[in-house]
Amino acid sequence: MWPEETHRELIVAGVRVVGYVPDAGHKRLIELCQADKKMRAVVLTTEEEGIGLAVGAWLGGQKSVLLMQSSGVGNLINVLGMVQVCRFPLVMIVTMRGEQGEFNPWQVPMGRATSQVLETMGIKVRRASDAKEVAPLVAEAFARQEAAAVLVSQSVIGIKSFQEQRTQ
Amino acid sequence: MSALRRREVVQQLLRERKDLLVVAGLGSTAWDITAAGDSPLSFPTWGAMGQAAMMGLGLALAQPRRRVLVITGDGEMLMGLGALATIGVQRPANLTIVVIDNERYGETGMQSTHTAHGIDLAAVARACGFKDSRVVVTQAAVTRLRTAIHAKKGPHFAQVKVKAEKLPLVLPPHDGVLLKERFRAALLADVLPEKL
Repeated sequence: MWPEETHRELIVAGVRVVGYVPDAGHKRLIELCQADKKMRAVVLTTEEEGIGLAVGAWLGGQKSVLLMQSSGVGNLINVLGMVQVCRFPLVMIVTMRGEQGEFNPWQVPMGRATSQVLETMGIKVRRASDAKEVAPLVAEAFARQEAAAVLVSQSVIGIKSFQEQRTQ
Repeated sequence: MSALRRREVVQQLLRERKDLLVVAGLGSTAWDITAAGDSPLSFPTWGAMGQAAMMGLGLALAQPRRRVLVITGDGEMLMGLGALATIGVQRPANLTIVVIDNERYGETGMQSTHTAHGIDLAAVARACGFKDSRVVVTQAAVTRLRTAIHAKKGPHFAQVKVKAEKLPLVLPPHDGVLLKERFRAALLADVLPEKL
């Protein structure tokens, strides 16, 4: 499973701080990080806070990761300027909404713009279209010490359905 | 209006700062900490408005044995109020947030901020779980705040009411890579580069 594989890569990379705004697609990975005694999982009110958190942690000598969904990328634009100008390393794992099968049309515009917005602000973007690709891409992002986002396709995390949630 | 003057307050808070780690919000507070004496263990920001407190949180979590002080303005704090809720969940004992509150956006023409209209930042912080949240209006209270920053268990929040005044700019380096690298070199010298 990609969340378990990715969590193992976070351990290998030495990640201590995990900033997140919850997403259904990140549910398992968030739980794994919360249960990991070597990691501090920090729930954020907005994705923007995750950039301040990651930058502060790096200044203090610790590695971090930031978990969010694609709609949150829109909240990051201005603060990514700091990442670029100071050349902070940064790894974000972004679960995609607004792709094939999306039931909520309000998710579509930001989903469509996610990759372009990140690239415009100097973030290296890599897309995992298959579950097997997520953990290796995350490992690679840490190894390169660059500002990078791994986008996890909606085909990997599945389609959120109100119908299913009603019956749960 | 408060009689406290921002440069004197910041100077006093940073006096004999020892190994204190400092983050400053953009604009006036970045000039204030520089006027008090530039240091590699200061990280003045020139952008990323609203993120100073969160940078302090990241630093405080990464360096639990060091004291971390965020000095920022009322406008900068207002842009990232959610950070107070996020810090309130984590409650790092080594973090202090000081808002130098002149009730103005100082860099853009001294327009009133929300605090000029009664919005109470110290009450927001208290509601967000800062047990020590204070409004500072006297010299004696500034002295007590300095003691809290260095010696008392936090997190602390202080809203220091200061006179609204335009002061000569005292600019820190603006090369972001330099600011980052000098900070890490000064803080992490004994662990670089093999552990990071």
